[in-house]
Amino acid sequence: MSNVDLSTHYLGMNLKNPIIPSASPLTRDIGNVKKMEDAGASAIVMYSLFEEQITHEALELYHHTSYHEDTHAEALTYFPEQSYNLGPEEYLEHLHNIKKSVNIPVIGSLNGCTDGGWTKYAKLIEEAGADALELNMYMLATDFNTTSEDIENIYVETLRSVKANIGIPVAMKISPYISALGHFAKRLDNEGVDGLVLFNRFYQPDIDLENLEVVPNVLLSNSQSMRLPLRWIAILYGRINASLAATSGVNTAEDVLKLTMTGAAVTQIFAALHKYGIDHIKTILADMEKWMTEHEYESLKMMRGSMSHKSVANPGAFERANYMKALNSFK
Amino acid sequence: MERKKVTIDGNEATAYVAYNLNEVCAIYPITPSSNMGELCDEWASQNKPNMWGMIPTVQEMQSEGGAAGAVHGALQNGALTTTFTASQGLLLMIPNMYKIAGELTSTVFHVTARSIAAQGLSIFGDHSDVMAIRQTGFAMLASASVQEAMDMALIAQASTLESRIPFLHFFDGFRTSHEVMKIEQLTYEDMKAMISEELILEHRKRALTPDNPFIRGTAQNPDVYFQARETVNKYYDKCPAIVQKHMDKFGELTGRKYRLFDYYGHPEAERVIVLMGSGNEPAKEITDWLIAKGEKVGLITVRLYRPFSLEHLLEVIPTTVEKISVLDRTKEPGAGGEPLYLDVVNAITESYSNGTLKLKKFPKITGGRYGLSSKEFTPTMIKAVYDELKKDNSKNHFTIGIIDDVTNTSLDFDAALSVEDPQTFRGMFYGLGADGTVGANKNSIKIIGEETDNFAQGYFVYDSKKSGSMTTSHLRFGPKPIRSTYLITKANFIACHQPSFLDRIDMLANAEEGATFLLNTLIPKEQIFNELPKKVQQTIIDKKIKFYVIDAYKVAKETGMGMRINSIMQTCFFAISNILPREEAIAKIKKSIEKTYGKKGEAVVKMNFDSVDKTLANLFEVEIPKNTSGELKMRDAVSAKAPEFVRNVTSMMIEGKGDLIPVSMLPDDGTYPSATAMWEKRNIALEVPVWDMPVCIQCNKCAIVCPHAAIRPKVYDAKELINVPETFKYTKYKGKEYGESAQYSLQVAVEDCTGCGICVEVCPAKNKQETRFKAINMVSNETEGLREKEAVNFDYFLNLPEVDRTKVNTSAVKDSQFLQPLFEFSGACLGCGETPYVKLVSQLFGDRAIIANATGCSSIYGGNLPTTPWTKNKDGRGPAWSNSLFEDNAEFGLGYRLAVDKHKEQAEFMLKKFAPEIGEKLTDEILNANQDDELGIFNQRARVQDLKKKLKNVKGDGARSLEWLSDYLVKKSVWIMGGDGWAYDIGFGGLDHVLLSGKNVNLLVLDTEVYSNTGGQTSKSTPRAAVAKFSAAGKTTAKKDLGLLAVSYGNVYVARVALGASDSQTLKAFTEAEKYDGPSLIIAYSHCIAHGITMRTANQNQKAAVESGYWPLFRFNPELIEQGETPFKLDSKPPKIKLADYAYMETRYKMLTKSHPEQAKILMGQAQEDVNKRWKMYEDLTADYQKAFVKI
Repeated sequence: MSNVDLSTHYLGMNLKNPIIPSASPLTRDIGNVKKMEDAGASAIVMYSLFEEQITHEALELYHHTSYHEDTHAEALTYFPEQSYNLGPEEYLEHLHNIKKSVNIPVIGSLNGCTDGGWTKYAKLIEEAGADALELNMYMLATDFNTTSEDIENIYVETLRSVKANIGIPVAMKISPYISALGHFAKRLDNEGVDGLVLFNRFYQPDIDLENLEVVPNVLLSNSQSMRLPLRWIAILYGRINASLAATSGVNTAEDVLKLTMTGAAVTQIFAALHKYGIDHIKTILADMEKWMTEHEYESLKMMRGSMSHKSVANPGAFERANYMKALNSFK
Repeated sequence: MERKKVTIDGNEATAYVAYNLNEVCAIYPITPSSNMGELCDEWASQNKPNMWGMIPTVQEMQSEGGAAGAVHGALQNGALTTTFTASQGLLLMIPNMYKIAGELTSTVFHVTARSIAAQGLSIFGDHSDVMAIRQTGFAMLASASVQEAMDMALIAQASTLESRIPFLHFFDGFRTSHEVMKIEQLTYEDMKAMISEELILEHRKRALTPDNPFIRGTAQNPDVYFQARETVNKYYDKCPAIVQKHMDKFGELTGRKYRLFDYYGHPEAERVIVLMGSGNEPAKEITDWLIAKGEKVGLITVRLYRPFSLEHLLEVIPTTVEKISVLDRTKEPGAGGEPLYLDVVNAITESYSNGTLKLKKFPKITGGRYGLSSKEFTPTMIKAVYDELKKDNSKNHFTIGIIDDVTNTSLDFDAALSVEDPQTFRGMFYGLGADGTVGANKNSIKIIGEETDNFAQGYFVYDSKKSGSMTTSHLRFGPKPIRSTYLITKANFIACHQPSFLDRIDMLANAEEGATFLLNTLIPKEQIFNELPKKVQQTIIDKKIKFYVIDAYKVAKETGMGMRINSIMQTCFFAISNILPREEAIAKIKKSIEKTYGKKGEAVVKMNFDSVDKTLANLFEVEIPKNTSGELKMRDAVSAKAPEFVRNVTSMMIEGKGDLIPVSMLPDDGTYPSATAMWEKRNIALEVPVWDMPVCIQCNKCAIVCPHAAIRPKVYDAKELINVPETFKYTKYKGKEYGESAQYSLQVAVEDCTGCGICVEVCPAKNKQETRFKAINMVSNETEGLREKEAVNFDYFLNLPEVDRTKVNTSAVKDSQFLQPLFEFSGACLGCGETPYVKLVSQLFGDRAIIANATGCSSIYGGNLPTTPWTKNKDGRGPAWSNSLFEDNAEFGLGYRLAVDKHKEQAEFMLKKFAPEIGEKLTDEILNANQDDELGIFNQRARVQDLKKKLKNVKGDGARSLEWLSDYLVKKSVWIMGGDGWAYDIGFGGLDHVLLSGKNVNLLVLDTEVYSNTGGQTSKSTPRAAVAKFSAAGKTTAKKDLGLLAVSYGNVYVARVALGASDSQTLKAFTEAEKYDGPSLIIAYSHCIAHGITMRTANQNQKAAVESGYWPLFRFNPELIEQGETPFKLDSKPPKIKLADYAYMETRYKMLTKSHPEQAKILMGQAQEDVNKRWKMYEDLTADYQKAFVKI
């Protein structure tokens, strides 16, 4: 029995430790979720329900089953007439089953694409038993007519309408490409966001030189990827009410400790589980305890925010000045 | 009792009763009956209980013969059992039908009466099939309308249980089976009232059971067989009265009174027509019309045709009758008359000779044929029959509805006469297959039928192409019952949903004066009139037609509907026609959208709603000027350069005027010229590929995958470039093998291309400046001048000399595509996965190939009139093609080989005999020629030419014969091709036998893994976990490994190929198979629209199928065994993706995850296991063929 206290508070929930497997395909399998619980995860984030995907699947199925209808006298149709579950039923049922199977909190994840979609699916996720909801703001501003303000307004409006329709806590997983993140975080905070998840990792495409094609190339994060959320959590900590979750690059106990010191309430983890297996959670937790014991930390609470922007001796290290220093270090 | 009014077709009306009253349905797909089995399967998969609260078992069999066997077995074991079939399918059931009848077994077979293949196949309706079973002992009950189809299905069931005689309930294929009508639906109470539980128990008590054993089906000797055959007489004697009893009971229940023979007409009729089936309805129309004009005419409708009750017939014939004409919808060449005619003649004469005839005088009786293969049968034609009877010497054995100018059987009729009720709305809608027109019209007729007090009818006509086809919807509705079971020729509403039809089809010829015309067009309303063909303009002015336009494609694009303009055009129709107030109509359309698409997801409903909402703002009335303008003419159906037959006959079929072709202009024996598709120039592609010459690497991959032979490479010497058209493209050939000055062209036949885009997808060359462009790129076919210029270029290209076949390295993909395709511009679907293989056969071996083609998609796109794709080269050589049946194709092709070998043997025998006259050297060279390659073939042909020259001077027995036979000294290539329905199921017995015959035939299985031609029913090739018709909840068993079965024989060359995964392996397999002196079997992955995929990128699916290990490529060459090599070569690499990664690219698999998610998971897991095991087994075969077989 460990003598260090790893508990934390996130989205209004008391969690036994800060390790939360992030929204990923791993949660599609209830067996994996059970393993996560067994390994010590304090909560899980379900994979995302994508409204666009639901719409796309329905339209695709319609297209392929009906496109060739009534073209030839011998074959007026090509598929048996059936009823389909083309809404979010599968997702909701899965969420419901996960809730029944584990005792840790389950956080739903949603990516909408219409005003109505966000609120409708948020309500359904709540009804299916989710303890909290993470809004997965996966959008790239590729429309040249959309301003940064437009984008921010979409986030804020989405949050407002979802919050107005559901009672469970709402976190927002946001993009790092916001030009004035501090101000923006404040806006979300003012709208009552319960947590901010920093940051969404966008799949970065690659080029296939032989075939001259753009290819999707999923790069899993490593500890270095953590630097981006680390900086911003440090800056935001203590300046907004929402609790902060770090995601990207959390691989080791050291990563978790660093992020906690900058102010993260929880750290979300996927790449390491993918790489080392779900039991890696055990390793992280054990290593954390070991480090904390060795360094005489009684609890995470003790260290949370200790290295944040407002608490460090040299806050400039998190700012632009640090850039010059970093460059100079190569000389 | 209030009964629900439903608007359904004859198949659904019948299936509704059959499903409710049976426990077992053994089925097999065949047009036009397939829908009945499909509906039963769908209802069963949805766990819909029948009248007794049970879910009937629906079992698909491997053939109709199999279905009949299963029915027989289920009946023998006391289950209430039925089946559905038509045409050749019914013929395959005959042996069992004798047994079922001989054993006095209660059952009803529901049959959509259809033509039998004779000089040609036809899927359409007549009584040739049902007349071919009248001797089996089955009772035969005919329905004349959709309502009757439902009613008679019940009456037949009640009657069979009481009489113990099995019933064949039939109705006209397409005309009744596919006609949508508003009818009154029978209730469970109706059915319960008609069906006796005691009689069902009696039926059950006759079952085979070890608890009360007996023996049935004995073999009988001369001493008793005859008497035993006569034991059934009493049952047949009683049957008519039993049927009448149930008709009477039914009449009391529903108010619809039927008699075995119904008389309709003047009570003192002097002239009477007798007929059976849907022709009764227009016959009633004209009978009323003639009586109103004072004529004494009448009509006898035959309902119970077998047992044929003389007594009941004679009862209904008015005593005043002087002349009777009996109309048969069948033909029995050589008979004294058609069957119904002979039955009526017999009834009258027998009654006369018995002294029981109550007629005032012995009537003159004539017989005539009508309506074969759904030939139109209209009131005016029936009037011609009545009129003919007026004559003193009225014609007997006549035909009506055609022009027989050879044996002069036909009666003339007045095509202009119409007796349609003016209160009936008559609308015709011309649509493009796949644009949703038919679906929208089916919806409209349902709305009108079910939401208003109107009577309503819908009938839909399709052309014979599978891509770019034209559909014509005929909609009638009005306050009076509709009896017009024929196409509309005088419409008060005409809609053209596809603007490109306007200069091809004179659709306004069918418009009444003051009619409304709705056109979907991209052209603004201000300009549209000027852009119409002059003939159309004149008709609009002359007939005072109200003209509306909408740009439905624009609305469809804006609302995400793509090419489907169904909801948009439907909204226009309701808005213009004022059937309902606009708002109400729109509300009902939306309600119907919700009902139709609700189960397909909210997004689909929303998209359709949006399109409805945006329609009216885009609908405009066009102001009609007083005079015509512009110079646009209607397009000629074919070029003036076409051969005479194509110009005179084929062109009429293309124009939709085939009904006017007289007998004299058609071949007597079903033999038609090759090379006709090239003249049709359908211009159906919205986009066509255009060659970007500098980017091209001349790999010819675009050509090998082109399903329609519309993109062609050619290599030729620069000196041939004379009078080159201005825009014709050519460049230096990248290679030396065809000479230093060889030029290369890649030419698109834009007028023949379907625009599928597969060529662009496979093109490996990319534009270095802008990588979205390739060496060929799709551009709009409407691009200014493109079509005209490329037509000239293609013509020029065709006249450039073809490559010297003896110089082509046929083992290289690139070179193989320089060989002229002798299969071109077929009617196959856009992006068809079968035709590239067929085309490849034609390129490699076409000039010496004889092809036996199983019925199915390939026989339809390969042999459906008006135009056919098999063509010939400049020497006049090309594939000789024929289709026998569905089930016998392997045997049919084996027959080719037997004949060809015999001819060769005889030619060699005679050659030896004439050797002294011909010369020993030439004789030896011919007899010992090596014909393994093109050069060998070429040289042999030259020798045979020499032989023929020499033979001209040779006299003596057999010299002339040898002249003809000598062509068989050149190697012939026998190809037996068809789909998986043939190879895996119905034709498997024959295929198996042919494989073991050891004969040199090549069997090509175009494996789409379903019965594609009849609409995607399950075959034994259908993979586990996929959804298909008859496997609505996913196929639970693994695909049959036909290849491995053939490998196990050891003497068969076997290959499994997938062109999209490896074109070189495919090419290798085809050349090896042909070369192999024995039976060869190639199983070719053929993507299909029935897979629910994007056809343009279908080759990616093929690739994924191979990469997942689902479709391992292999070749098994028995010759290698003798050479001490491993005969089994696995040509694809070990699986590198999961089966699911491939399978879920396709709707056929994916839909199961949405309809039966748990089942989908289980089946996909099992299917992955199938893949794993099979891969291991194949690896073992590769390692040690002999040992592996011991293991297997």
